[in-house]
Amino acid sequence: MPLSDSDLLAIWLSLRLAGTVTLVLLLVGTPIAWWLARTRGWWKGPIGAVVALPLVLPPSVLGFYLLVAMGPSGPIGRLTQSLGLGLLPFTFWGLVVASVIYSLPFMVQPLQTAFEAIGDRPLEVAATLRASPLDAFFTVAVPLALPGFLTASILTFTHTVGEFGVVLMIGGNLAGITRVASVLIYDHVEALEYTEAHRLAALMLIFSFLVLLAVYAWRPNPKKGS
Amino acid sequence: MMKSLFLVLCCLWLAESAAWAEKITVAAAADLKFAMDELVSVFKNANPGAQVDVVYGSSGNFYSQIKEGAPYDLFFSADITYPEQLVTGGLAASDVKPYAFGRIVLWSGSLDASRMTLESLADPKIARIAIANPQHAPYGKRAQEALQAAGLWDKIEPKLVYGENIAQTAQFVESGNAQVGIIALSLAVNPELASKGGYWLIPDKLHQPLKQAYVITKRAENNALARRFAEYMGSKPARTVMIKYGFGLPGEGSGNQGNQGSQTQ
Repeated sequence: MPLSDSDLLAIWLSLRLAGTVTLVLLLVGTPIAWWLARTRGWWKGPIGAVVALPLVLPPSVLGFYLLVAMGPSGPIGRLTQSLGLGLLPFTFWGLVVASVIYSLPFMVQPLQTAFEAIGDRPLEVAATLRASPLDAFFTVAVPLALPGFLTASILTFTHTVGEFGVVLMIGGNLAGITRVASVLIYDHVEALEYTEAHRLAALMLIFSFLVLLAVYAWRPNPKKGS
Repeated sequence: MMKSLFLVLCCLWLAESAAWAEKITVAAAADLKFAMDELVSVFKNANPGAQVDVVYGSSGNFYSQIKEGAPYDLFFSADITYPEQLVTGGLAASDVKPYAFGRIVLWSGSLDASRMTLESLADPKIARIAIANPQHAPYGKRAQEALQAAGLWDKIEPKLVYGENIAQTAQFVESGNAQVGIIALSLAVNPELASKGGYWLIPDKLHQPLKQAYVITKRAENNALARRFAEYMGSKPARTVMIKYGFGLPGEGSGNQGNQGSQTQ
C-alpha cells in the first residue's frame, strides 16, 4: 500500500513537530524536573500539580484557551504581535508552543523520577571533590539519569505524534504546516476515504506499539539490580 | 457498596428506557446550530413531554457514524448526498427529504464585511481567511467553488485556514485569529455574530446549490416522535424559523430569502 504525497507530508510534519517539541522540552523540562526532584520547599506541590495538569485536562480545554490566548486580543497574541512575530494559531510554531505545554508532563515526570532515584549521595561526593553544582549536574546526575532521559524523550516524542485535539482546534489544517498525520486520518475518515484512513492509522498503530515496546522491553528491571 | 452501585445503575437504566418512548436524538449539521435550537424549542412547546436531543457536527462524520450504528433517529445533513447514500445503503426509514438551501456569506468579527466583496479578500491587509474544509464539509466545497468562479482561488489559497466544520470556521473568525471567513448565512444572522461585524451574501450564481436534506434513520423506524418531528419540519412554524435564519426553502426558490437577513434582527 503506497502512501500518497499528502500522507508523506503529514507524517514528515508529525515527526518534525515531535522532534522539535522533544528538543525544546529537553531544555525546558530538565531544569523543572531537577528542581522538582531536589526541592523541599512548599512550592513543590503546586508546581508539580501544574506540570501534571495536561495529563488530565481535555485537549479541548487547552485548545480553547490557547486559541483565545494566542489570538489578537489574548496575552500571548499581543506579545507575539508586538515582537513582530504575528499570530501563532495556524502556524508550525503555534503547534510547537501548544505541544510543549501538552507534552510537558511526559518529559518532566520520568526525568524527575530518574533524578530522585540518584539520591543525595553521588552529588555530595561530587561536592567534596569540589565540583560546582552545575559541574556535578552534568558529570554526575546526567549520566546516572541517562535511561530517564531516554524514556522521557521517547514518551514526549510519541505523545506529540499522537496529539490530535489541540492541533485540530488551533491548527487550521494547513498542508505541510499544521496538518499532522493524526488530523489527516480524521480528514480521510470524514471524507469517507476509509482505505486511505486505514493505511495511515495502521502505520500509527504499529509505530506507537514498537516505540512503547522498546521503552518497556529495555527498561532495566529494578529487582535484579544493575 | 457493590449492591448499591448496582441499584443505582438499574435505576439509571430504567429511567433511560422509560424515556425512550418519547425521546429522539437528532444529528444536525453544524450550520443548523442556532436554527435547530429554535426549531426544537418551538416543537417542544407544541409537544410537551417530548425529549429532543440535538448533536451538532459535520455531515460527513455523522454519515460514517450512522453507518456504524450511531444512535441518531434523524439526520439533518448539510449535503443531500449523505442522506441519499443512507437510503441507498438501506439505513434509512424514510425518503430523502430536502428541507433547505444554504447560503454562504463573507463574515468578519472585526471589519465591516457588508462593504466587502470576494475581491476584497485579495487585500494584503487580510492575512487569514477561514473556510470549512472543502474535502468533506459542504460549506467548504461551496466556498471553494465561489472563489474559483470569481477567479480568486489561486490568489487567496495561501491565506486560507480550514475549519473542521462550518461552526469551527466561524469560531476561527470570532476569536480574531482569521480576519474574515466564509460561513453559513444561518450562523451569520445569529445575533451574537451579527452584532460583531457585518456580512456580505455571496451570490449563489457562483457555486452549486447547498441542497440540504434529512432522513429518519433505520433505528427510528417505529419511533412515533421521530415521525412527528419530521412532519413538523414541513409545518408553517418550522418554515418560519428556517426563513428567519436565512435558509431558502424547497418549493419557494432559493435566491432571495437570504437578502432579508442583511439587516440585523
